Amino acid sequence: MSDFLSRKDILGLRDFTRQEIELVLDTAASMEDILQREIKKVPSLRGKTVVNLFFEPSTRTRTSFEIAGKRLSADVVNFSAAVSSVKKGETLLDTARNIEAMKPDVLVVRHSSSGAPHFLARHLSVPVVNAGDGRHEHPSQGLLDLYTIRKVKGRIEGLNVLILGDILHSRVARSDIYGLTTMGAKVTICGPSPLIPREYQALGVEATWDINEALRGKDVVIVLRIQLERMESSFFPSIREYVRYFGLNRERMKLAKEDAIVMHPGPVNRGWELADDLADSDVSVILQQVEAGVAVRMAILYLLAHVREEVES
Amino acid sequence: MSDAPVKVIKGGVIVDPEEGEKEGLCVVIEGGRVTGLVPPEEAPAGEGVEVIDAEGLHVLPGLVDLHVHLRDPGYEWKEDIQSGTAAAAAGGFTSVVCMANTDPVNDDPETTRYIVERAREVGKAKVYPVAAITKGLKGEELTNMGELLEAGAVAFSDDGKPVASALILSRAMEYSLMFGAPLILHEEEITLSKGGCLNEGKMSTRLGLPGIPASSEICAVARDIALAEYTGAKVHIAHVSTAGAVEIIKRARERGVAVTAETAPHYLTLTEEATEGFNTRAKMNPPLRTERDREALLQALAEGVIDCVATDHAPHEDLVKECEFDVAAFGIIGLQTALPLTLRALESAGKGVKELVKVMSYNPSKVIGIKGGKIEKGGPADITLVDLSREWVFTEDVNLSKSRNSPFLGWTLKGKVVLTMVDGKVTYREESRVR
Ligand SMILES: [Zn+2]
Repeated sequence: MSDFLSRKDILGLRDFTRQEIELVLDTAASMEDILQREIKKVPSLRGKTVVNLFFEPSTRTRTSFEIAGKRLSADVVNFSAAVSSVKKGETLLDTARNIEAMKPDVLVVRHSSSGAPHFLARHLSVPVVNAGDGRHEHPSQGLLDLYTIRKVKGRIEGLNVLILGDILHSRVARSDIYGLTTMGAKVTICGPSPLIPREYQALGVEATWDINEALRGKDVVIVLRIQLERMESSFFPSIREYVRYFGLNRERMKLAKEDAIVMHPGPVNRGWELADDLADSDVSVILQQVEAGVAVRMAILYLLAHVREEVES
Repeated sequence: MSDAPVKVIKGGVIVDPEEGEKEGLCVVIEGGRVTGLVPPEEAPAGEGVEVIDAEGLHVLPGLVDLHVHLRDPGYEWKEDIQSGTAAAAAGGFTSVVCMANTDPVNDDPETTRYIVERAREVGKAKVYPVAAITKGLKGEELTNMGELLEAGAVAFSDDGKPVASALILSRAMEYSLMFGAPLILHEEEITLSKGGCLNEGKMSTRLGLPGIPASSEICAVARDIALAEYTGAKVHIAHVSTAGAVEIIKRARERGVAVTAETAPHYLTLTEEATEGFNTRAKMNPPLRTERDREALLQALAEGVIDCVATDHAPHEDLVKECEFDVAAFGIIGLQTALPLTLRALESAGKGVKELVKVMSYNPSKVIGIKGGKIEKGGPADITLVDLSREWVFTEDVNLSKSRNSPFLGWTLKGKVVLTMVDGKVTYREESRVR
């Protein structure tokens, strides 16, 4: 196994091999060691520039990439391109070419259109990291979820994982599903029937809209955030009814394995998809996910810059 | 080469929609008409006679495309009547029916006349304009159908979008009865399809893109056939993409409803899988569906339930096509790839060039009530010569459209148009083959 990614970009976990995922997770583990040190900074990416190009506001993911870059001594520049300025006739490609002209070493892209980072990756020579595209993928979130599970559970293979909520619109769900199934976990999805894709089999998962059945025997439960706009467009009738059938609480959690953990990509709507006390209980690893986020993103930036070095030398 | 007053197409296999392949006959052309199908020894010869050697070629009645977006007037950077009809001629088409979603919309006799006159000037193909059903394609007020027909329109359609109101469409159908001109219907229930950009299914699930469900087309077809049956109007269902719509059309035809239908070569060739990697050149409306749909369309075509193949040639420039998948424009070009793709599809269903002539020439001619679809004495000399066995590659160099939004660029296709003539006048000639 090589110690660098033989790919230019990280766009999604659908086409990631098990070896690649393991490489990222192992690299993230050594990054986490750095984060435990007193001086949480290494010179690995000194002189390199990471550009965060966000077409959609996201303080959390952007900050996580920013900290990751800075811990590796990279210069981090943030661009928030309003979609409105894009509509004024400047195409996505124009914007990206302008930024590429500034010679970044890694471009981190968040965009509301599924596939936008793939489009950029095809047209630009700079490595592109997908920081979330539409409802498609969010690979760094997927990797940090895998990292957290592996760390807490000691393995991923053979685990029974439930993803609960709005699967249809969730990029986190897709990346989690692709990553988990590649690593040998068994994934079940559960949520209101209109939010379960008709062709869920295409994702290699099982599906149910009975939460009790879904929870039984699970090692890991990943809870997704309720988006209010889905209620407004009649995917489900009310928060009250959502909570009644799909809200995760302590009582329901008893159906899962005794040592099961609860995860959430954040920010949590407390009392909606996840009960307040459960979110704060010791089965919740939500804060560990946030921590893992920085380590995993350091690994991503490091590995992509590393590839570049290999290519250039 | 100048056009001789008399032409003789010699040595080819004439394809007739009813009798199939006929060998040993020459097509004699004079004054833009076919004046006879005669044995070689009876064919005129000598001074003033141009002999076209069609040895090894098939001689087809000129192809008729019921669904083309020529983009002229208003979007000439995508296509215009000149480039669009040049591509049509190269694809073996002698007649094209052009949709009304131009700028201005073809809802006014002046625009209709412009299209007819401009096409006559260019002279590459017969262009039959479709006028809008409703003013400005807004779905609110009917156009002056009578005047539009007088100006040269042959059918009505709001193509690009459906007529959302059942009442307005019903009125249009009733009104059209007086004239007998068909309504060409773009079938989409927009409350279901809104925001969608590919088939709702496997690929929309994997790629995380909003889908267009098959039910959008099926609901619209069911509604419109009910209206057609009730009013007795002549309707033609455009670009059928789903097995469900095929089923409804089949049952309606069995009941004797005056409904015809077309599908496009891409629906017979590709499935939703072609969108893999966010390929915007596989984005069109209706979207590419599943293998099951593709097979149902193929079978319907072989059985005659779907009686026409039309391209839905929809040119778009890179700016609106080479971009994010969800904002990319719908549609692909198709004039130069239609014949080989349709032939390939038909052959996979055990059919051949005879059926090709039916679905790409004879039946479409009947839908709009023009002479064509058959090479016969007294008929127009709209003829296409094809080398059915020749393989060639569809490249940007070969492409004559102003746009290049085709998923078939780089494909090796079988069946090459060698010469096309309209009213006896050559509109396309592959110089290397025919002298
Ligand atoms: Zn249409």
